[in-house]
Amino acid sequence: MRSFIKTLLLFSAAISIVWLQGCKPKGTQSAVSGDAAAKVYVAPGKYDEFYNFVSGGFSGQMSVYGIPSGRLLRVIPVFSVDPEKGYGYSEETKSMLNTSHGFVPWDDLHHIALSETDGIQDGRWVFANGNNTPRIARVDLKTFRTAEIIEIPNSGGNHSSPFITENSEYVVAGTRFSIPMDNSNGDVPINTYKSNFKGTVSFISVDKTTGNMNIAFQILMPGVNFDLARAGKGKSHGWMFFSCYNSERANTLLEQNASQKDKDFIIAVNWKKAEEYLKAGKGKKESVKYAHNTYDEKKHSATSVIETEVTVLDSKDLADMVYMIPCPKSPHGCDTDPSGEYIVASGKLAATIPVFSFTKMQQAIASKTFEGEYEGIPVLKYDAVLYGEVKKPGLGPLHTEFDDKGFAYTSFFVSSEIVKWNVKTLEVVDRVPTYYSIGHLSVPGGPTRKPWGKYVIAYNKITKDRYLPTGPELAQSAQLYSIEGDKMKLLLDFPTIGEPHYAEAIPAELIMKNSQKIYKIEENQNPFAALGDKFARVERKGNEVHVYMTSIRSHFTPDNIEGVKMGDIVYFHVTNLEQDWDMPHGFAVKGANNAELLVMPGETQTLAWKPERVGIFPFYCTDFCSALHQEMQGYIRVSPAGSNVPISFGTGKTDSTTVAAK
Amino acid sequence: MKKIFRFFPIAVLILIFSACNSSNESTTVESKETAAKSVGQEAVQDDVSQKDVVKVAVGSKDHTTLVAALKQAELVTALSNAGPFTVFAPTNDAFNKLPAGTVDGLMKDEKKEDLQNILQYHVTTSALSTDMLHDGQTLGMVNGDNVTISVKDGKITLNGTANIIASVRASNGWVHIVDAVLLPPVKK
Repeated sequence: MRSFIKTLLLFSAAISIVWLQGCKPKGTQSAVSGDAAAKVYVAPGKYDEFYNFVSGGFSGQMSVYGIPSGRLLRVIPVFSVDPEKGYGYSEETKSMLNTSHGFVPWDDLHHIALSETDGIQDGRWVFANGNNTPRIARVDLKTFRTAEIIEIPNSGGNHSSPFITENSEYVVAGTRFSIPMDNSNGDVPINTYKSNFKGTVSFISVDKTTGNMNIAFQILMPGVNFDLARAGKGKSHGWMFFSCYNSERANTLLEQNASQKDKDFIIAVNWKKAEEYLKAGKGKKESVKYAHNTYDEKKHSATSVIETEVTVLDSKDLADMVYMIPCPKSPHGCDTDPSGEYIVASGKLAATIPVFSFTKMQQAIASKTFEGEYEGIPVLKYDAVLYGEVKKPGLGPLHTEFDDKGFAYTSFFVSSEIVKWNVKTLEVVDRVPTYYSIGHLSVPGGPTRKPWGKYVIAYNKITKDRYLPTGPELAQSAQLYSIEGDKMKLLLDFPTIGEPHYAEAIPAELIMKNSQKIYKIEENQNPFAALGDKFARVERKGNEVHVYMTSIRSHFTPDNIEGVKMGDIVYFHVTNLEQDWDMPHGFAVKGANNAELLVMPGETQTLAWKPERVGIFPFYCTDFCSALHQEMQGYIRVSPAGSNVPISFGTGKTDSTTVAAK
Repeated sequence: MKKIFRFFPIAVLILIFSACNSSNESTTVESKETAAKSVGQEAVQDDVSQKDVVKVAVGSKDHTTLVAALKQAELVTALSNAGPFTVFAPTNDAFNKLPAGTVDGLMKDEKKEDLQNILQYHVTTSALSTDMLHDGQTLGMVNGDNVTISVKDGKITLNGTANIIASVRASNGWVHIVDAVLLPPVKK
């Protein structure tokens, strides 16, 4: 009976959405206006207007969605292995996940930074942070592949990252956890936090042409927790603003102990000044260990180098480089508006949103309007740098982005809403609920000098009843709102891989025009490539058997392989000879303890396989390639150790030179 | 027997494609730009990839008759797809060797099925380089009939009449240029 009533209620709710639009909305579903469907509909064969690069959170990957449709276009493996693509399993990609801790097959990817030129997204690279084992990755947007990963030393967890400067001079990395520095004795009591634990923020330079990253310098900071950051722009270019919490420097029960003080800090770093100190030799070279992994597109393989030195500038010794701005209650977001004048800080537990003025900050610095020092760093007077406060905006402000019309959009986790306010007047002009509990939000171009506007996308932390239930673990939830009119309008829910933290959106044309279709076979410099069927072969080197294999519709060369013995390691070096867009070939062999290979046209990838029993093992193409895909297969024979079966191989040979095992 | 099953779905696919084409022309109410004849992968904008078998033929001045016939037979879409294909591509001269009026007759709408039958007799669904063709080998063609290969002194001949005079690797298979048109066996 109860379920009948429920059904009846649901039914009438559905009717009310369709016919009773004039009525006051009761359910969350009815928050959608009538033309929402048309606004997000992208006809078959048509393209979305924006790419949305979304952090995959604890999946360790980055996902790419089309906006406004919310269609998933791709999941880019970044910090986690991906057996589907062989990422982290193939011999060529394993070293991408190397660290000073060895091979780390997983991470927690939180934030996205698209490369910029003159403060405008340029569509060349997208950067992402690894929160757990501190790393920054660079993904090449020609190929949508991870091109480089650099580990961050002197860091306990890379949360405040990889926020980017307006000409992609630097991406930054602020440690979430302060810790004893890498080259000091770390074997100390945890309750000596205040004396032994330090924080760092790192500035990682980005080569203008290649995008290659290098740790230019680190700044030694007090032992607080760094949360987020944003670069200055325009007039404030040359500065980076970091939010921090736990100025109490508690080492236990931070839930309570890190919320003692009324104010934590926004830390303003003058990185142009830091560059001067660096040039003047004020940095201290410290011996550390960190991995720097790069993927060579011509060799189709990664190299990992362990670097051993970093230059550290000490914030308490070097004047005019770092200032503290008091900020209420554990600030999370720390966002600069398109003009670069306003710095919006969002205290997670604060009742207001303070908006600081860059101009006033400069004046306060010039006039030394300090209220004191924190660990040797001058603390500016709150009122001297405050432009104003957005009063009673909502509960639990987290993060702010901007549109092209002078408005700011702040997410509120506790009250689960987006609040739109006027950057100049600080007046709240609109608010919409999110379903449920929004974290970050994204306006296309929202963190840059040139926001593209049009939409704001909410990345929610709680899903509950928004989609068909899938057991205890649910789809992750994003929501698309139109911001074209005065009022924000909910257009679409779309599920994401999880958990989505920060994201950026960029006009499609800035990326699609550069998208690569194939790897040119004549440019393939993989030392194990077979650049044509006639180069396919099998070679024994001790107990290693190297199969130089080619794949092309619809066969492998060779596809019959004999002479492998127990105790051997077989390396299948598969070169995809195709030169046709969207024609990858897969490779899988029975009993492999790692994964498959997915080899793009013109590419070479290698799978290592250690047979653990004698017999015949089939291998086949896993990516449906052609009408004879199912025929794209082969056999490898494994004989006992000490067998007299010689290495032999071929494709299309019907006259067998049979050698029976002895 | 197995081979027939293997090729049967392709033939069906081709028929389905043809069916789609014709129905689309009459029912399309989309805007003018999309109301053009329904197309498949042949319309994909791609200046980077290797050419497929159709584009290879289109790029050859000696194959204008074949290209026109492929269009009339509505085989362009299927042959632009993933394949794999081996296409025995008669030159214009080869078509000219047919009795006068044969090609013109086949290009008429009411002879479309005959034309399809002949053209599909020039296509097999696997990518065979000349190295893979052996004396005495039988190839099952897309139309369901067989072609017999003979190899003498390195020269490859089909059904004893058509010689392979050149070969071009395409993205989705091979184009072997032949100097005569292959005529399928008369159906009983």
